[in-house]
Amino acid sequence: MADIHLSEISLPVGGQEQISTRWWGMMCLIATEGILFVYLIFAYAYLGSQSPGTWPPTGPPSLYLSAPDTIVLIVSSFLLGWGVRKGVSRARLQLALAGTFMLGVVFLVVQGFEWAAKPFMLKTNAYSAIYFTLTGFHMVHVAAGLLMLLVLLGWSVNGRLAHHPECAALGALYWHFVDVVWFAVFTAIYLVPRFS
Amino acid sequence: MAIEIAQGLPGNERRKLLDIWETAPGLYGWLATVDHKKIGVRYLCTAFFFLIIGGVEALTMRIQLAQPGLKLLSPEAYNQLFSMHGVTMIFLYALPMLSGFSNYLWPLLLGSRDMAFPRLNALSYWVYLFAGIFLYISFPLGQAPDGGWFNYVPNTELQYDPGINIDIYSLGLIFLGISTVVGSANFVVTLLRCRAPGMSVNRLPILVWGTLTASVANLLAVPAVSLACFLLWMDRRYYTHFYVISGGGQPLLWQHLFWIFGHPWVYALVLPGMGIVSDALPVFCRRPLVGYTLVAISTVSTMILGFGVWVHHMFATGLPIVALSFFSAASFVIAIPSAIAVFSWIATIWTGRPQFKTPFLFFAGFVLLFVIGGVSGFMTASVALDWQLTDTYFIVAHLHYVLLGINVFPVVGGIHFWFPKITGRMMDERLGKWTFWTMFVGFNLAFFPMHLIGLMGMPRRVYTYSAELGVGGHNLLISFGAFLFAAGILLLLINIIRSRTVGAIAGSNPWDAPTLEWSVSSPPPPYNFAVIPVVASRHPLWEDRLDETADRSTIHHGLVLDDGKETVGITVLDAEPDVILKMPGDSLLPLLAALGMTVIFSGMLLINYLIVAAGAVWTGLVLLVWLAPRDHASAERPAVYG
Repeated sequence: MADIHLSEISLPVGGQEQISTRWWGMMCLIATEGILFVYLIFAYAYLGSQSPGTWPPTGPPSLYLSAPDTIVLIVSSFLLGWGVRKGVSRARLQLALAGTFMLGVVFLVVQGFEWAAKPFMLKTNAYSAIYFTLTGFHMVHVAAGLLMLLVLLGWSVNGRLAHHPECAALGALYWHFVDVVWFAVFTAIYLVPRFS
Repeated sequence: MAIEIAQGLPGNERRKLLDIWETAPGLYGWLATVDHKKIGVRYLCTAFFFLIIGGVEALTMRIQLAQPGLKLLSPEAYNQLFSMHGVTMIFLYALPMLSGFSNYLWPLLLGSRDMAFPRLNALSYWVYLFAGIFLYISFPLGQAPDGGWFNYVPNTELQYDPGINIDIYSLGLIFLGISTVVGSANFVVTLLRCRAPGMSVNRLPILVWGTLTASVANLLAVPAVSLACFLLWMDRRYYTHFYVISGGGQPLLWQHLFWIFGHPWVYALVLPGMGIVSDALPVFCRRPLVGYTLVAISTVSTMILGFGVWVHHMFATGLPIVALSFFSAASFVIAIPSAIAVFSWIATIWTGRPQFKTPFLFFAGFVLLFVIGGVSGFMTASVALDWQLTDTYFIVAHLHYVLLGINVFPVVGGIHFWFPKITGRMMDERLGKWTFWTMFVGFNLAFFPMHLIGLMGMPRRVYTYSAELGVGGHNLLISFGAFLFAAGILLLLINIIRSRTVGAIAGSNPWDAPTLEWSVSSPPPPYNFAVIPVVASRHPLWEDRLDETADRSTIHHGLVLDDGKETVGITVLDAEPDVILKMPGDSLLPLLAALGMTVIFSGMLLINYLIVAAGAVWTGLVLLVWLAPRDHASAERPAVYG
């Protein structure tokens, strides 16, 4: 026999975290979606770098709504992290899922106001096109994350998650990813123009 | 056909495994199967079908080009034909064909019972099929995509290309991208988790290295083209200014996004093909591959470099000279890993005892074509020369030498090689040799003269040419070669159809090959391995002969997993077993999800939000059922070895 030593050991069935295939599947999803945002930000930067006039044409966007909104999203990630730790009670998990869901909804609503306050339309120019597309892609991901939180909450209530804490952990992983992406988008769109 | 007893397990145990793993009979089973072997064969057949469609398109063009000034096709029809030829061959044939091989072979090569996500595997196939149909729906209306396979803007903006042609292209490629990405994720996770104990990374067959590398690249590259297509669709249907100069848009953004995807993709189309050769050629040289480690490293490094060469498709676009120099240098460097692989194959033939069977001819022919295509690629990596050659037939010659040379020839060789495993019968050897020589001669007659007419100044993608250019004779020869090549494909098809029913019975290991797939019966049972083997070397079936170490793989004894559909998961590097993985059974969910997505993309094509919403809700509900956790009987179990 090779360098593998087989003996009568016990093996987990299905498994948690890195042992389960689901965890790796989620990593692949995050990798491919993450790179999608890299390309979106690349498109933003490319259009900006080749732009004949000032970029953004209307000056750096205001932080009035977007900065507090960013904090809402960061807080939501910590709240969810607090709720899905190993061995926590079901009530705590449900509280965290519900709280995160609400913070996510707040984020989307504020984003809606942010969009409505823009002086340009989607078809105005290249900046407006990439602004709405980039933030819009992110909002779609937040919406998908919200649906996921809702489903997890439902599963937790009807007891499906009792033997499958990894599902909540995977959901949290995705939510953190969506938050990290927002931080990159926020930096590119809101912060960088202020320092260049 | 009777399944031979290749593994020493009692009959009742095999019966039990068969009951657990066999796909349900009838229409339901046909629609619901998640067996990687069935899905793999479907991929192979569908891709072959698209190869024939793309081939017929090419032949039609070759009739039009056979003589100067012919009017058989209108310029519009010609544009659609060359566009659909490229789209079909590159997106619907080349990668899906390799996915077919890998889907069929991976679990067998790796000593597993299925892929990591069997249902995702089925989804990947259905989405591929529906996206392929989607790309062709407007063909009968004369409204097929007509902007070439790389679809440059602003030519493809609404203003210059009204109609649904380009919307079909944009949405179709995004749709197909879903299939590619989920398929790639499945390969990556399968490699990380679903191998036999002992199948450590230094023992992986090169085909696995090739497909793994291609899959990682696809995960990272496909979103670029999906995004490019989405932005184009926005430009066309929502009047945005991503690529339109007037609002500050940049046509070159398309080219960047497309080729950031496009060049890694080209390597994704060839690395698994090179893997087929690296694994199968040594079988016909009766020795292991020379320089396994170097070939594995060169496979991975080709792809890493492949992410840094996309601008060599854009040398003529007026970019700064510093950028051109960098990308030119990177393109030259790629010759190094390619050359390492070539010398490994040559050394394997040189130091082995070649048996001139049909697969060997295809693999040896591939090496020659790869060298020719590689040299012409090396030439175009030079900026100064590329400026002369770009958009001429020289480029057409180059890309066909690499894509047919490194994809089609290994694929056809691979079909001859694994056909006995898939069907249990051998292909006809005499007909196979005829196939090879017809294809090989036809191919070179068709594509070698293209180098010359390119140098003489014949531009690509123009539906005809004048007699004064003096290339009428060359073009006649090219058209003749193209038909000869097609005749070779026809011989292959005849051989496949005939051998399925009248070929000689193959037995489990007709080529006396070293890897795990040859240890099971032909065709393999639904559960692949009655017990999970333990692998001790790169060549489990040649260990006694090579006698490299005292260790021996055990194929007849190993983990008995028969408590429902199960296989074993292993640690990533060392391949120690660390989990029992539960596998899903037959399921209609993948088909239902793919249908939902088809509705979404059809709604987008029609700009009908109701249809889009209906498709999205449908797909979402299917995914909800799909992802719902199911309880296992026990959280932990002793592993039983038998």
